[in-house]
Amino acid sequence: MVYDDTLSISVNGEHRRILKGLTIADLALELGLEPTKVAVERNMEIVPRSTLAEVKIEDGDDLEIVTFVGGG
Amino acid sequence: MNVLSKVVGEDSWSVAGRSFTSRLIVGTGKYKSFEQNAAAVEASGAEIVTVAVRRVNIADPGQPMLTDFIDPKKIVYLPNTAGCFTAEEAIRTLRLAREAGGWTLVKLEVLGEAKTLYPDMIETLRATEILAKEGFEPMVYCADDPIAAKKLEDAGAVAIMPLGAPIGSGLGLQNQVMIRLIVENARVPVLVDAGVGTASDASVAMELGCDGVLMNTAIAEAKDPVTMARAMKLAVESGRLAYRAGRMGKRRYADPSSPLAGLI
Repeated sequence: MVYDDTLSISVNGEHRRILKGLTIADLALELGLEPTKVAVERNMEIVPRSTLAEVKIEDGDDLEIVTFVGGG
Repeated sequence: MNVLSKVVGEDSWSVAGRSFTSRLIVGTGKYKSFEQNAAAVEASGAEIVTVAVRRVNIADPGQPMLTDFIDPKKIVYLPNTAGCFTAEEAIRTLRLAREAGGWTLVKLEVLGEAKTLYPDMIETLRATEILAKEGFEPMVYCADDPIAAKKLEDAGAVAIMPLGAPIGSGLGLQNQVMIRLIVENARVPVLVDAGVGTASDASVAMELGCDGVLMNTAIAEAKDPVTMARAMKLAVESGRLAYRAGRMGKRRYADPSSPLAGLI
């Protein structure tokens, strides 16, 4: 078996491969997002913003990252 | 204090313990640019804006965001659930909104179908109950149905927001009698949400005794949104003043304004 240090995850419905060991805050920053301006759901569960820098992403995670946009 | 300022003076309203001077809530959708949107909000005098919750654009994360133009520290963001067709979708959206913004005052709308965007009152009521139990303070978009409005209130809605006409239609208030009944029966603020097309529609809502009006398209799709925003501000204020002043009674026939005595 080939050693692979990446994880397969889904972010906003798109498949992605990321390095093992990243937290959600790490991923947000890597994506160019300001962690304080977004909310994150991981496998349908809200991730409290105060823990974004602690929660490690796991293989197969399904992440939704949302923010406020214009609306009526 | 002169007579005029005594009349016009302090006339704030409050929802879920928060007090506001402006009775106009505006949406932030459909504008040509963030700049135009921000200018319209300023011209409207609104202290609350509705916003939607959507996936961030991962492909282009550097693009400008609403929060760069309308400061959530100065203007209250009221997250909505536009586009949700079930209680579950709406609740999921608002849980995310609460995490993104850190506030519990939200706008709930659960739509029945895409063509009319008419609210699904069964799902709306179910969502209201769950949200209230979770500590949310939902302002609820609803049908112009006084019975449903009462049930929403009992379920924990902090404001009742009946539609005046379908969302984005600009048809004006189609059911003034029922809106008035809802106003008379409610112990929480009542705001007409949706259907306003022009300034007079906003005045009609306020003259019926509504606590406020929520609109988006009437401003955003006006040829000059910033000027229309100003018109709506004045219309809401004048409608409110007319309501407070108490309109004259209606007569079936004429009644001369000049004295009949002393006619030559």
